[in-house]
Amino acid sequence: MSEQALIERRPLTRLGGLGRTLRRIMREPLGALGLSLVVFVVLMALFADVLASYPSTKLSPADRFQPASWQHLLGTDHLGRDLFSRVLHGGRIALAIALGATGASLVIGIVLGLIAGYGPRWLDNLMLLLFDALKSFPTVMLALTLVTLTGPSLTAVVVVVVLVSVPGYARIIRTQTLVLKSAEHVMAARSMGASTARILAVHIMPNVIGPILILASMDIPVVVAIEAGLSFLGLGVRPPMPSWGSILNDGFANIRDSYWIVVAGGLPIVLTTLGFTFLGETLRDVFDPRLRGRG
Amino acid sequence: MLRYALKRLGLGIVIVSVAMMMLFAMVYVIPGDPASVALGPRATPQMIEALRARMGLDQPIWMQFLKFYTSAFRGDLGTEVLSGRQVLDVVFEQVPFTLALIAGAISWSVLLGIPLGCIAAVRRGGFVDRVVGILSVAVIALPSFVIAIYSLLIFAVALRWLPAIGAGEPGNLKSQLMALILPSLAVGLGWVGYIARMVRASMLETLEASHIRTARAFGLSDRRITYSYALRIAILPTITLLGVGIGHMLSSSVFAEIVFARPGIGKLVYEAISVRNYPIVTGAVLVTTVFFVVVNVLADIVIGALDPRVRASFD
Repeated sequence: MSEQALIERRPLTRLGGLGRTLRRIMREPLGALGLSLVVFVVLMALFADVLASYPSTKLSPADRFQPASWQHLLGTDHLGRDLFSRVLHGGRIALAIALGATGASLVIGIVLGLIAGYGPRWLDNLMLLLFDALKSFPTVMLALTLVTLTGPSLTAVVVVVVLVSVPGYARIIRTQTLVLKSAEHVMAARSMGASTARILAVHIMPNVIGPILILASMDIPVVVAIEAGLSFLGLGVRPPMPSWGSILNDGFANIRDSYWIVVAGGLPIVLTTLGFTFLGETLRDVFDPRLRGRG
Repeated sequence: MLRYALKRLGLGIVIVSVAMMMLFAMVYVIPGDPASVALGPRATPQMIEALRARMGLDQPIWMQFLKFYTSAFRGDLGTEVLSGRQVLDVVFEQVPFTLALIAGAISWSVLLGIPLGCIAAVRRGGFVDRVVGILSVAVIALPSFVIAIYSLLIFAVALRWLPAIGAGEPGNLKSQLMALILPSLAVGLGWVGYIARMVRASMLETLEASHIRTARAFGLSDRRITYSYALRIAILPTITLLGVGIGHMLSSSVFAEIVFARPGIGKLVYEAISVRNYPIVTGAVLVTTVFFVVVNVLADIVIGALDPRVRASFD
C-alpha cells in the first residue's frame, strides 16, 4: 500500500474504530450499564436549565423539609430549595471539575513524565523522589492542610486533585519514555538531527499517551468523589453554589427527620462513580488487556 | 536481607524528609500568614507581631526551616497556639482511636475479601465469580463518605441496630466494638473489593504453578490444595496492597470519624481547621505521613523476607 493511501485511510479507520469500540462496550453487560449511566448523568447536567423547574439557589421558607413529591421530585432542603434542581446543577459543577482537573493533571503529568524519562539520570531520580514524597501524604490530609491555608474554593479542589494524580501519570509516562528512548525510530530521528522537543512531541508522546488516557478516564470517579468529599466537609464548593457534597452535608445535619436530603445528595454520587467505573473497566479490557488488574 | 531492609528503611527516611520539606514549603508558597490566620480577622497588628515572634515566624526562612527539621526529628512538633500544649501530645491522644478504626477496617476487608476472592477463583467464569467481580468493582468505586452516611442512615437511624455516634463507653469493650462496626465498615468496604480481586488473580496464577500440579497428581483433594497450599502463596500480594491501602484508609477515616462523631486524628484535624489551629494541622499531617511511610517500609520488608524476587528487583 502506498503512503498516500495509508494517510487517506486513517480517518476512516478511526471512525470505524469508534463504532466498533462502542459496539464492544455495549456487548458487555457491565459496559452497557456504565455507558448508559454516564450518558444519563451527562445529559442531566447539560440540560439542567431545561429539566429543573426551580432555580437551584431559590429560597422558599414555606416549602422547607418537603419529602419527594411531583412538585419536588427529590424533596426540598432546610431552606426550601428544590433538591432536584440542586442535584442537576451540582452535576454540572462536579463534571466540570472532574474534566478540568483531570485534564490539567494529564497535561502536567505527561510533561513531567517525558522530562523524567528522557532527561538526565539525576533529574529522573530527583523527580521520582518528589513524586514518592507527594504520594506519601494521605489525600484528605493534604487537602485539609491546603484548605486551612488558602480557604475553601474551587481552585483549592483542583489543586488537590492535580497534586494527588500527577505523580501516578508521570510515573507511567516516564517508564514508557525510558523504554522508547532507545527505540529504533527515536534513534533514527535523533541521528537525522531532530530536536529534543520534536522527538518528545512527535516520536515519543503519541506512543505513550494511549494507556494514560484510559487510566485518566478511570480516575474521573475518583475526582468526583474528592470534590464531593471536600464539599461535604465544607472545604470545597462554597454555598449557595450547589454541589452534591454540600447537599449531603445539609442532609447529614437533618438526617434523623429528613432522610430524603442525604438520599438526594448521595444518589448522583453513587450513579456517577459507578457509571464511570463500569465504563472505564470495560474500556480498559477492550483496549488494553495488559492493564487488567491494575489500580 | 539485612542490606535490603536497611536500603528500604533509608529510602523511607529520605521520603519523609522530602515530604516534610514540601509541608514546610506549602506554608511559605501559599499566601497567608499562619499567625494572622490563627488570630482571625479582628487581630491588631501588634497581636499578630507578638504571635509571629512566639511562633518563630519573624526569623529568616532558613533558620525556621532548620528549626522545624531538628525539632521534628527530636519529636517536638511545637506547641499549640492557644492552650500551649505540646502538639505531639495532643495528636497522640487521638492515635489509638484512629488505629482501632483502621484495624477494624482491615479486619472487614481481610475477613470478607480473602474468602470471596478464593471462591471466585475456584468457580472461575461461573455465576458466583461474576457476581463477586461486579460487587468488587462497585464497592471500590463508591466513596467512603457516602457509604458512611448511608450505613448510618440505614443501620443506626432507621433500624437502630447500632450506635450512631461516639466511640463507645470507655472501659466497656462491647460498647466500643459496637461503635466500631459501622465506621470501620465504611472505611474497609472498598478494600473488601480490592482484596477479593487481588486474591482471585493471584490464586488463579498460583493454581497453575508446578507444585500445585504435583499436589494434584498426588491425589490431594481440591479443597486441601486450594485452602492450605495455594492460599498461603496467593495471599502474599495482599500485604503490599494493605500497605498502600493504609494511606487511603487514613483518608477515609477522616470522613468516618466526622460522620460518626468519633474521636481520632481526622476529627482532630477537621476541628483544628475550623478554629484555624494551624500547628495541630501540620503536626497531625506529619504524624499520619510518617505512619504511612513506616507501614509501607514494613510491608516491603515483610514481602522481601517472604519473596527473594522482590529483594532482587530493588537493587
